[in-house]
Amino acid sequence: MTTATAIRLQESALKPEDAVMRQRHPAGEPILFELRQGQTLRIVDTEGNQAADVLFYNRHDPAEHYSATDTMVQQGGIYLTTGSVIRSNEGRPMLTIVADTCGRHDTLGGACAAESNTVRYALQKKYMHSCRDNYLIALQHADVGLGKRDLVPNINFFMNVPVTADGALSFEDGVSGPGKYVEMRAEMDLWVLISNCPQLNNPCNAYNPTAIELLVW
Amino acid sequence: MNLQDLPDPLTSVLPNPPRAEPVDTPELWRRFPAASLAGVDTSRLMWSEVLPGGAHWSWRMPRGSAIRFVALQAGANLSLVLYSALEKLERYNMPDSLKAQHTAHYTRGHVLMSDMGRSMASFTADSLGWHDPLGALLDNEAMTRRYGDKRYEHARNAMHRSGKDGLLIEIGKYGLGKRDLIAPVNLFSQVTVDAQGRFGFTPEHARAGDFVELRFDMDVILAVSSAPHALDPRPAYAPGKVGLAAWRCGAAPANDYCRAFRPENARALHNTDMLYL
Repeated sequence: MTTATAIRLQESALKPEDAVMRQRHPAGEPILFELRQGQTLRIVDTEGNQAADVLFYNRHDPAEHYSATDTMVQQGGIYLTTGSVIRSNEGRPMLTIVADTCGRHDTLGGACAAESNTVRYALQKKYMHSCRDNYLIALQHADVGLGKRDLVPNINFFMNVPVTADGALSFEDGVSGPGKYVEMRAEMDLWVLISNCPQLNNPCNAYNPTAIELLVW
Repeated sequence: MNLQDLPDPLTSVLPNPPRAEPVDTPELWRRFPAASLAGVDTSRLMWSEVLPGGAHWSWRMPRGSAIRFVALQAGANLSLVLYSALEKLERYNMPDSLKAQHTAHYTRGHVLMSDMGRSMASFTADSLGWHDPLGALLDNEAMTRRYGDKRYEHARNAMHRSGKDGLLIEIGKYGLGKRDLIAPVNLFSQVTVDAQGRFGFTPEHARAGDFVELRFDMDVILAVSSAPHALDPRPAYAPGKVGLAAWRCGAAPANDYCRAFRPENARALHNTDMLYL
């Protein structure tokens, strides 16, 4: 019997030339965009081992957001891969992962912050750029009613954060590689909030943040 | 040790502190020019910081605490905004502060007043004589037009960050948004106005070692950005480092210089005192 979150590799039949949106998204930067119900989003790890920190919100009700715990409990495990249903805090499906050539994505690592960097690394590193500062400035500019209270635990696509049998959390070298991608179908109208992680203090980006590519069909 | 030896967290990845000494709080004030700490009892300093040029941060400062701000490089600018930590709807108000004190600049004796007629912070020391309340914030459009594009992808942490984005990030941490971003005070910068009402900007108004000190009269949220001043005509994005050193100074005494500076200031400080009976 396959476990709930075993690696399930699945290639996509969608052609990049048919995409309605196709853009390179540079290292270290945030983006907020709409994804409509029925549309498919592909995120490509163009150079490998790049963490893409992603949050989803119901486009019509910002109080409904991606929920790591609802997603994990309902699928019975921590990793996301093909077939995983990404759920909201209302338990509703927000997206379904329909293709995945990486095989494992993280639900537990969260997003780096200047403040958490002071705790995890060094107080004197507080001025380095971070995902949560990225999230905040994207939401501030968009001014759509989302703010810090909405920065809930996020998905880290292409990141590998296993839990060991004795209950430890470990940050492992990525299972991703150049050109690997994950693709998901929106089950409701969404805001997609991404920080292409600028962290230089741990191997989540292989110490070299690189671009991702975003495609929508 | 001098400032030049200090590794810049925006241009290098600093090493983590050793396990045996995990709390890396070097006495950075020791690297400030000695004259910039004139009048400060350094034995009472509780923390000090070196804010890299272009960086942003925020602190909750209690009533009766003080920060000495030091320009560590010529032409430094520090944009700051203040919100009451008790009621964030109360915030620094530029016109209320200017008209009550009949001033278009700040120096020792002035106070920063809220929209509620209270002193939020007082200028208790100043080597410069002029700090700018008029010049607003550098935004992304002006920054890119003037200095070109320098983004994380190529510059990593040395990327350009505008003062407006820096402050939006910081106030966002307290649930405040674009509508809450107020006219700032630009420490270390001078904006003059001529007879026709036109702005003039004094390049490199602050020299290395210039200082200004704020005493916080109420519990505040202080957010700062060390990005270049919006009117700075220098062609390069070259924001200066700013030093900060903080201690507990106590609330304004009855014979306080700022209280006596103008009757309006005495009343504004009285109004603040009424919050802390």
